[in-house]
This record gives sequence, structure tokens and C-alpha cells, in this order.
Amino acid sequence: MNAHLLVLEVVVPLMAAPLCMLLPSKPAARMFSIAVAWITLYLAWSILGALGATEHGVIAYELGGFPPPFGIELRVDWANAYLLLLVSGIAAVVLMFGPGSAGAAVAEGRHAFFYTAVLLALAGLLGITVTGDAFNVFVFLEVSSLASYSLIGLGRGARAPMAAFSYLIMGTIGGTLFLLGVGLLYQMTGTLNMADLTTRLPDVLDTRTIVLALALLIVGVGIKLAVYPLHQWLPNAYSFAPSVVSAFLAATSTKVMYYVLVRIIFTIFGAAFVFETLHADYLLLPLSLIAMFGGSLAAIYQHDLKRLLAYSSVAQVGYMMLGLTLASATGLTAGLVHVFNHALMKGGLFLAVGCITAQVGSSAMGDLRGLGKRMPFTCAALVVGGLALIGVPSTVGFVSKWYLVQAALEQDLLSVAALILLSSLLAVVYVWRVVELCYFSEPDATQVEVTGRPPVREAPLGQLLPTWILIGSTIIFGLTTDLTVGTASKAAAQLMGVGP
Amino acid sequence: MSEVLGLWNYWVVIVLMMIGLYIMIARDSLVKKVMGLNIFQVSVIMFYVSMGKVRGGTAPILPEGGAEGVLFSNPLPHVLMLTAIVVGIATTALALALVVRIKEAYGTIEEDEIHALAGGDGMDGRSAVQGEAE
Amino acid sequence: MDFPVEVILFLFLLATALTVALLEDLFAAAMMTGIFSLLSACLFTLMDAVDVAFTEAAVGAGVSTVLFLSTLALTAQREKQHPFTWFPLLLVILTGACLVTGTLDMPHYGDPKAPIHVHVAPEYIAGAERDFGIPNIVTNVLASYRGYDTFGETVVIFTASVGVMLLLGHRRRRPGPAHRPTITPEGAARMRDFAIVRVVSMGVIPLIVLFGLYVQFHGDFGPGGGFQAGVIIGAAVILYGLIFGLSTLQRVVPSPLLETGIALGVLLYGGTGVASLLMGGHYLDYAVFDSDDPKHGRHLGILLVEGGVGIAVTCAMILIFYSFAGRALAREAFDEGGGGQ
Repeated sequence: MNAHLLVLEVVVPLMAAPLCMLLPSKPAARMFSIAVAWITLYLAWSILGALGATEHGVIAYELGGFPPPFGIELRVDWANAYLLLLVSGIAAVVLMFGPGSAGAAVAEGRHAFFYTAVLLALAGLLGITVTGDAFNVFVFLEVSSLASYSLIGLGRGARAPMAAFSYLIMGTIGGTLFLLGVGLLYQMTGTLNMADLTTRLPDVLDTRTIVLALALLIVGVGIKLAVYPLHQWLPNAYSFAPSVVSAFLAATSTKVMYYVLVRIIFTIFGAAFVFETLHADYLLLPLSLIAMFGGSLAAIYQHDLKRLLAYSSVAQVGYMMLGLTLASATGLTAGLVHVFNHALMKGGLFLAVGCITAQVGSSAMGDLRGLGKRMPFTCAALVVGGLALIGVPSTVGFVSKWYLVQAALEQDLLSVAALILLSSLLAVVYVWRVVELCYFSEPDATQVEVTGRPPVREAPLGQLLPTWILIGSTIIFGLTTDLTVGTASKAAAQLMGVGP
Repeated sequence: MSEVLGLWNYWVVIVLMMIGLYIMIARDSLVKKVMGLNIFQVSVIMFYVSMGKVRGGTAPILPEGGAEGVLFSNPLPHVLMLTAIVVGIATTALALALVVRIKEAYGTIEEDEIHALAGGDGMDGRSAVQGEAE
Repeated sequence: MDFPVEVILFLFLLATALTVALLEDLFAAAMMTGIFSLLSACLFTLMDAVDVAFTEAAVGAGVSTVLFLSTLALTAQREKQHPFTWFPLLLVILTGACLVTGTLDMPHYGDPKAPIHVHVAPEYIAGAERDFGIPNIVTNVLASYRGYDTFGETVVIFTASVGVMLLLGHRRRRPGPAHRPTITPEGAARMRDFAIVRVVSMGVIPLIVLFGLYVQFHGDFGPGGGFQAGVIIGAAVILYGLIFGLSTLQRVVPSPLLETGIALGVLLYGGTGVASLLMGGHYLDYAVFDSDDPKHGRHLGILLVEGGVGIAVTCAMILIFYSFAGRALAREAFDEGGGGQ
């Protein structure tokens, strides 16, 4: 029964999507999708539990009853079980945000379609995470990508479709390069099964074809992960998407792609080949440092809160990549912990922006003036989330950076450790800008009159609750790290080949 | 020399792929970009199908009267590429739907003009989500 | 030796791709993209990929050309001239050079000893007779060994139609001048008024549908299957819409019916998997459907999932067409019957 959990984790949301489309009303579709997301969370939790009971920390499932490498295999170890929990958990919380689909320009009578698309995006991401087959990753990557493009294109305002289109072009280039990379691996080994690839690749590692395959896979995934300098699609996509969609995608999509990259480098090719033979770190380390600084600097100069958060995401991807590039158990732990932690804070922050745009009608920095008095809970969420972004002790951000600095020091990279701390100071600057506007500025009197809206009130409970669940978790997981660091370090040990 | 004979069609496929990529990144017309995307994807499909070909082989359909001694081309790349074609048409449909929406919003489908109308990449102090309230 | 034929086709293909890149007339470029797909389909046939060729011809030359033309009718016919820049060209040449370097260590074209021909594939070929009794090996790998991928593929096309309907759903609030189609049907001939077109299409459309059904159910034996059948039947219905007008078509095949259909198609595929779970097998293990004769069980399973794909794809094609056409021409203008460009 345990093994069936793996396929159910994907098939439940996948089959729920067409059912959701047929539901007659918006509340029904919404409640249905929330229920489905919670079921996937329960399944993910059970998978994590079942994994603890296994000897080697691996559960495999043969689809269609065909043994691998002939059939498609689902294969879960600590790394993807951890990601499944994260993705389904975020979906369960973010979908509760309501009433309404926060900023989505959905035609009357089409709301069920909106939730259908969200379920498809969720199913796609879970499908990528759970599979043990390289080509299958591509299929589910496209399911989640197509759903994301449509959801982003639904943002209000003229620029959302263009942001979605640019993302579509970049994303499809990424997906197709990934496909080509998988093709080259297949060409040289004759297999698509990841575990089989691991055993068959060492024979052909010295060929130029395999090096090219690795490069294509890294660039392809790197585009979707928004690794600097392939991140150009991200700021527009996250700024113009409906807030709920930004929250969901920022917290899950790039995280799953990070997992895919980790899987490619550490499981399929092996860290020794990528970092010791090819020295990919010579390229990736500077790029992650540039991302950390470039993203944060760009965030400082934004005039829109959503855009500020989007640029901050570019910087945060830099931290995750740094953890990966250090290629040690501690570094990988730091990267994976940050995946979880950043998902909580960015998800929570984008939901807080959703509260603001729903009440104020805009997310321009200027409209934040004096908002601390009128929307105290929402602004408090912004502050706590911001502190986590900086990495203040007792928040999750501190935990991530603690392990990251440790990993850098382990390898005597003092300068890298210093740069991590220095880049955090940039986060202080952009978070302070938000705090200053919310609490220490008076609202612009003329602006209020011009818009002619009713006075701004605090967001309703249906919006505040999911926001605060995520923001509250940034504190909870900042204090108790058993689940995050515990699982991540087991995953890292497994990925480094040390065994759990 | 044997390299040229054995690999030339992969190279042609690569040239096709690069033409598609060039159209996507260099052209400003959004519809043209989608066409480039098509060419790019079809080239990758051709790459896979080339891999599957076995010299002297035949299409992987069992002939009547048994498959004794018949050499088949590899069916797996064909299976994978059927999926890739579906992904291609799905992407094209969605991309073109977005193009129609962009045309309605800006009155043009030339990327540079859209960026000019939208005020560059910066926000110029305007909100990303003016009037987002439900 | 069919070597020269391939060379000539590849040269044509290169010429077509370059023409697409250079043409400023987008209508012509759209037609060239269709030709590109047809030429590719010919090459696929030469490389023994008959199923892929069939699908590429139906999708690339058929559906995507219709989509391009519908989009062009709504947007712009010509591309604007732009100054040439070096950076993209250099980037592309550099990338191409890297790719060519990477091919140097690859097994040569057609080499029967290449890893992909000796590792997994022989099992598929051996298993076709032993476990399935289905002559078309592509069909049984597609629906069984890699049935989960094909389920994903069905969901991909479902996702695209959900996305297109969300983006182009019936929401036309601001019909400003920018929203009018560039090509208005007034100037175009009314297709419905041509007796020949009407009569011929009335004869042809049932035949196309019949052919589609043949492709659906003959997929076990020859090239074809649910996806190809769905595209063909969808195309027949779209042809009817182009000639007799969108609203006539929508009276015959209303949107809600299609939406139900596409959902049921996906559910039929997924449900077949759930049924095999409930009967004690793994997901999509069709052998459990008939415990006495696994071959028969697998046959039944493949029939069911291919049916799901066929239904979903037919409905998806028509729904995508509805979304574009409904947006494309002001409703009454389209109903005059001049929608086909």
C-alpha cells in the first residue's frame, strides 16, 4: 500500500482537475481544490512517514507493473519526499486565500477553470518531484509550465499577458533544451531511468556528448529556476501575475526546479564528475554571488512591492545555488533548508501583498504610506516576513544562513562567508524601505481623494489566515528545526552518497 | 570523413534548431517568435527520430506472419516524440492565445513597441496591479 | 539507397526554415511553417517513424496552421522591419558550434550497435508479440510501458485548452478599434454561398470523420491512435465551422458538451489506471483486467486509454478553435460564413 501512495500523490490532483472544471459554481470549485490540496498534503506526510520506516530511505513504484528500466518508475527518497511536503503544503495554504482569486482577471463563469489550472500546476510539480524517469520529468514540467503561463496571463492590467508570453518563450526554450539533454543522455546510455542512468553513465563520462548533455540540462533547468543570468522572465512574471499565483509559483515552482537540478548533478552525474572533473563551480559560484548581490540591489530600487519581492527571489535563488555549488553535505543541507524556508517567507509575503492589493487596489510602494495603522495585521506580516528575508535570529532566514556560512567556512572560503553576511545587509535596506513607508509615513491626502475609494480597512480573515499561517511558520521553523534541517540533512547525506 | 557521413544529419538538425532559436531571440514580432519556437521544437523531434533509425531497419510494426529476422527501427524515440509533438501544439496554442490578448492590450504585436508603450522594463512608479481589487 | 532523397529533403527543410526567418509577410511565413512540418513528416517516414510522421502532418500542417492564421486575422499580417543586430546571431552560432562539438562522440546515424538499440528497446520489440499481440509496437509502448507519459500528454493538451479558454474566454468588454480583426470578412467571399464548397464539404466531412474513427481503432495494427484520430475528427468539425459559420457549429456541438467531453476523456484515461489499482495491480497495469488472459486484458486497457485520448483531443481541438474564432471575428461577421482565411 505504501508504494501506491507515490502514484496517488500525482494522480489525485491530476484527476481532480477535470472534475473541478465541471463544477457549477465558484465556491464549489474553490472548496474542492482546497480539499484536494489538503489530501495531497496528507499523502505527502504519509510518504515521509513511510520513508522513515524503510531501511535505505527509498520507496520505488513500477507504473503498469513493468520493471525499470522498461517501464516508468516513481522513486522517492528523502530529497523528494521533503519537496512533496513543501509543495503540497504551500498549495494547501495558498488556495485557502480568499474570497476571490486575488487579482485574477477571470471571466464570469470561468472561475472553476482558474482552480482547474491551479490543480494542474500543482499536479505537474508533484509529478516532476516524484518521478524517477528523466523523460517523465519533461512531460510533467510542461504540464506545470503551461498551467503557470495561463495563470500568469490572467493577472489584471495590460502587462500580464506580455509577462506570461516572455516566460512562455524562455520557459519553452528551457524545456526544449532539457529535452535535448535527456535525448543525449539516452543516446549514450540507452536508458531514461534515473537510477539506471546512474549505473550506466560512468562508462561514457569522458565523452564530449555527455558534457554537452550536462550543460544543456543545467541551462534548461537553470532558465526555469531563474539562475542568474537566465532570470529575466521572473521579475515581470511574478509582478504581473495575480498575487495568489505569484505566492504559489514563487514558493513552489523554482523550488521544484532546484530539486531537479540537485537530482541531475548529484544523483545522475555525481558531484565528483561535475565539480572535480569539470569544475562547474568555477562558473556557478561567481554566478550565485552575483545573483545574491545583483538581485538585492535591484530590489532596493523598485517602485512596486511585488516587483521588489520578485527581485529578492532572484537573490534568494543565488543563496540556494551557493549551497549546491559548495558540493558538501552541509552546503546541500543549507540549500535544501533554504528551499523550504524561502518558500514559507516568499509565499507569505506575496499573500500579504495580495491582502494589500485586494484592499488598496495597488501594490505601488507609494500606496504603502501609513498603511501600518489601517492594515496592522497585514503590515505586521510584511515586517516578520522581511525579517526572515534578512535572516534575523529566531526566523527561518537565520537558520538557512547559519548553515550556509558554516558550509563556506568548512571549505575555508572566508570571503564567501563574509559576502553572505554582507548581502544580508542589502536585504536590510529594501525591507527597511517597506517598514518606513508602512509605519513612518503619512498617507498622501490627495491620492486618497483622487481614487475615491472607501477608506482602506484590514483584510478579511479569509485572506489574513493563510498569510499568517505561512508567516507564522517562518518563526516556528526558525525555532524548531527538526523537520526542516533533520530531513534536509538526511536528504543531503543520501545525495552525497554517504547514506542516511 | 566517416564522421561527416555518420553525423551530417545531426548537424543539419542543429542548424535548423539554431534558425528557430535565432527567430525566437532576434525577431520582435511575437507571432514570428512562436513560429521560431515551432521550428526549434520540430528540430529536436527530428534529432530524436534520427537516433531511432537503424540502418536497414523498418518501421516498428510487426508484419503479418511473424517478426522472425526482421530488423526494426527503435520504437522508443517515436513514442517519446509523439508526446513532444503534443507538447508543441499545446505550447503553440497557448502562446498564440497570449498574443491575441497582447494585441488587444497594446494594439501591436511588435515587442519593441510593446516595451515602449509599457514604459520600458521599469515600473515608473506605477503599480504592477493597478485596480486589482476584486 | 534512399540517401539522396533524405539529402534533398533536408536541403528543402533548411530553405523553408530560412524563408520563415526572412519573410516579413506573416501569412506567407505561416504557410511556410506548415510546409516545414510536411517536409519533416516526409523525413520522419524515411526514418521509419510513421506514427510521428502522421502526427506531425496532422498537427503541424493542419492544426497549427489554422491557429496561426486565426491569430494573424486578429493581429497583424506583416512584420515590421528592424535593424539587424549581431548579438543574437553570434549567440546562436556559438551555441550551434557547442552542439556540433557535442555530437562528435555520438554513435553514428543508423548504427545498429548504438546503446539505445541494444539496451531497452529490444525488450519492447520482443514483448510486442509475447505480451501484447499488437502489431504496432509504438502503440503498445505508448499506452503500456510509457502509459503514464501518455496520460501526462493527454493532460498537457487538456491544460492548454483550459489555458486558452481562460485567456480567450467569452469576455469582450472593450471592443475598441485595436480589437477589430485586421482582415474583415466583408471583402472575403462567403464560403457558404459557394455551392461547390458547400456540397463538396458535405461529402468530405463525413469521410474525414470516418477516417478519423478508422485511425482511432486501427491504431493497434498500423500507424495511428487516439491522438491522431482526435486531431483528424477535430479538424473535420473545424472545417464545418469554417464553412457554415461558428454559431451554426456551436448549435450542433455546444461548448458545455465539449467541456464535459474533454474532462471525461482525461478521466477515462486516469480512471483506467484507478480501475487497475482497485483490481489489485499497479497503476495502469492492464494485465489485471483479465486474470486468465493478460494479453486480452492489456488489449482492453489500451483500447480504453486510447479512447480517452481520442475523446479528449477531439474536444480540445474544437474548444481551442472556438476560443480563437469566438474572439477572432465579431460574432455576426463570422456568422456570415466568411471566417475562413
